[in-house]
Amino acid sequence: MLTLTHFLVLSAILFSISMAGIFINRKNVIILLMCVELMLLAVNTNFIAFSYYLGDTAGQVFVFFILTVAAAEAAIGLAILVVLFRNKRTINVEDLDTLKG
Amino acid sequence: METIVFYIFSAFVVLSALMVITVHNPVRAAFFLVLTFFASAAVWLLLEAEFLAVILIIVYVGAVMVLFLFVVMMLDINLAELKKGFVKNLPIAIAVALAMFATIYFVVGGEQFGISNFASPERHGADYSNISELGILLYTEYVFSFEIAAVILLVGIVAAISLTLRRRPNTRHQKIEDQVAVKSEDRLRVIKLESQERK
Repeated sequence: MLTLTHFLVLSAILFSISMAGIFINRKNVIILLMCVELMLLAVNTNFIAFSYYLGDTAGQVFVFFILTVAAAEAAIGLAILVVLFRNKRTINVEDLDTLKG
Repeated sequence: METIVFYIFSAFVVLSALMVITVHNPVRAAFFLVLTFFASAAVWLLLEAEFLAVILIIVYVGAVMVLFLFVVMMLDINLAELKKGFVKNLPIAIAVALAMFATIYFVVGGEQFGISNFASPERHGADYSNISELGILLYTEYVFSFEIAAVILLVGIVAAISLTLRRRPNTRHQKIEDQVAVKSEDRLRVIKLESQERK
């Protein structure tokens, strides 16, 4: 019998994996962006699970908007990445220290 | 039966997500991310979110991941340099992930989200349409947010194009505005020549 806990634990695992991915791929901006997409996927799974078990379609509308914003974010992020590579010939996070932050 | 399907696709989700963060080649990572999205779409189908499952495949796998692959293949990156620190950061990554999972599990793992508080709803019949239900909600209650989403996509288009557009000063290309603005006097000059006698 499937319960809400199954889906919540699945998305918790997915979120933790992408968290670990951000830690171990600290230098590669592309993998970092992919990990952010994985995190959004985990959050969306949470939303849909609650929407189903509470019988409220509003959760699916939220997922719809998250997907929209995530697509725009990925497009802009990759555009920034391309400009970055064109100017500095690298995507290593450690070389991006121009701001001295 | 449903539980078996859920476990199969969950295993796909978790294993391919693990591959995304551990493989060395970003192209392979992108392909494993595609597999993760497909398996999650199947999990979403179990939750009767058919429209969103299809959208996940069309938009994410069809558009966003293709964009990722384009960018990965366009950039000439030094993989060995980027993989430094992988082993060094591995213990702290595992520790943080386990701590994160333990914290979330502490909240969601108990009986408070179990079968006693959230009973499984009745499955809808074959005449139930997820798309129409979502559409009714989207075009009535959330219509303003829907329009905002459209504006966000427009901003995304403009930002992505204007960021990556570049003008090279020394390439030769047409100047359309000059071509349109040209007048016949600029092209043809009639000069008066006195007739001359042949020598």
